[in-house]
Amino acid sequence: MEDLAVRLGIHELIAAYVDCIDEDRLEDWPDFFVQQCRYVVTSRASHEAGLPHGVIYAASRGMLADRVTALRQANIFEPHHYRHIVGPTRIERVDETVAQVRSNFIAVRIMHDGEMHLFAAGRYLDRIDLTSQPYRFIERLVVLDSQKIDSLLVIPL
Amino acid sequence: MSERVADVTRGVSWPSNGLTEIPFRLYTDPKQYQIEQERLFKGPTWNFLCLAAELPNPGDYVATTIGETAVIVTRDGAGKINAMVNRCAHRGNLLCLERRGNVKELSCIYHGWTYDLTGKLTGVAFEHGVKRQGGMPPEFRKDEHNLRRLRVAEFAGLVFSSFGDDTPDIRSYLGPKIAGGISRVLNRPARILGRSTQVLPNNWKLYAENVKDTYHASILHTFLTTFRINRLSQEGGIVMDDSGAHHFSYSKLDYALEDADYKAAALRSDSGFRLKDPSVIESIDEYGDGISVQILTVFPSMVLQQIRNTIAVRVIRPRGLEKTELEWLHLGFEDDDEAMTERRLRQGNLVGAAGYISMEDGCVGGFVQRAIRHNDEDSGVVMMGGYDAEPQPFRASEAAIRGFWKEYRALTGA
Repeated sequence: MEDLAVRLGIHELIAAYVDCIDEDRLEDWPDFFVQQCRYVVTSRASHEAGLPHGVIYAASRGMLADRVTALRQANIFEPHHYRHIVGPTRIERVDETVAQVRSNFIAVRIMHDGEMHLFAAGRYLDRIDLTSQPYRFIERLVVLDSQKIDSLLVIPL
Repeated sequence: MSERVADVTRGVSWPSNGLTEIPFRLYTDPKQYQIEQERLFKGPTWNFLCLAAELPNPGDYVATTIGETAVIVTRDGAGKINAMVNRCAHRGNLLCLERRGNVKELSCIYHGWTYDLTGKLTGVAFEHGVKRQGGMPPEFRKDEHNLRRLRVAEFAGLVFSSFGDDTPDIRSYLGPKIAGGISRVLNRPARILGRSTQVLPNNWKLYAENVKDTYHASILHTFLTTFRINRLSQEGGIVMDDSGAHHFSYSKLDYALEDADYKAAALRSDSGFRLKDPSVIESIDEYGDGISVQILTVFPSMVLQQIRNTIAVRVIRPRGLEKTELEWLHLGFEDDDEAMTERRLRQGNLVGAAGYISMEDGCVGGFVQRAIRHNDEDSGVVMMGGYDAEPQPFRASEAAIRGFWKEYRALTGA
């Protein structure tokens, strides 16, 4: 059933996701996930070692919404945004209901004063729910190539 | 050589003999940074290397640093833990390039010198030359070229090392109160849940102070108050050893009352910001003493954290005058069931580089560093709670920061 429509739906989800973050529409970000989702930011080293800890570890859409509320209302940091560049998405497995896909990405961090540098490189390992439109993430593992995070991670990747 | 030593003895001068005025130059002066490497990190201090659990088998090694000095820690064939400098005795090459692994011996890729797991030189390639030509002179003695070994101490599953021959044994170094604080948290075999490193754009001491600074907690970190968590926190205080070098701060919480309060408040419509998914704070009193936060430091560079059910060791690693790596080792315990692990992982959102109540510490040191750059002729002031480095039954205090500087001045001779 891996037809063009499914492929387009997956690509749209992945493109819309980074557009939402980079254009600061973070209130819409949790809606890219199903209610009972998993969103974990980890490192390549931890992932390969099978260590479960995530720098961010969310196990529900509510936890994602709380991330956004905390960012807007509570946490203190210098204003900045990201520019994500996502490479071609490779569909690993797909059936009637779920697709398993992976994409490489880099995220440039642009500070309010114009200072700009490569903030993160890594892979998105996704499981996507195909049973309703638009498609949503059941699970998104953000596997960072480096275990080092500069200063802080507040805007999601 | 003598010129460098002479240079290094002239550090930043202090405005007085008190502990309340801290010269900004301490964070900006390259000579001061050299002095710290020599007299603190390579001085009479115990520095955290790794968990004993990271070296379960003979041949396991971890390559790490004390201050900026590269060191190796191994478990040898007899099951003993050894620490030595990660520098070949021949030409100074790094012996272990990877962070961790398992080896039969330590061997240098450059000229093939080999050492056993205790640092003893066992092999020199072409020691007797090739076809009777070249080779080491007959006076050469392998046993004069072992790796420099460091002292090792293990306490509550934590492996420490010291360059100093005169460093007191680890229990005396920590003192009974701090040793008790460590044993309270690490009271059973630990399990590593994850590792991460936060790169701080500031001098290492700004973080060492930050973690001893109980004054800033509710002011800089507004997550708990924004979401009206911790409203029922009870008594707390600062505990210090006799030297003032190490500390822990703690506070208590009635977990059951908090849970009931949070659920009741969620039903009211007037409650402002509330967590949509409170599982990030749902905690159990796993130590049975009501202490929900205990932040403990071992001078100069280790932190042991218990915040509710998140346990972590943080190691402060200087990486130049204006750069610090904060290494996080997130822990659970071997007897955790699945639900307990999940609880720890969810509460893990509170701490680390993306931590709700800790991320600000990743940038605030950088703000200080930017403010004092070429603007460092004055001193900061740490007078909250008085002048001394004594334990206090309250947290609106900078006593533990004064304790840090008391030890710092003693060791740097300033």
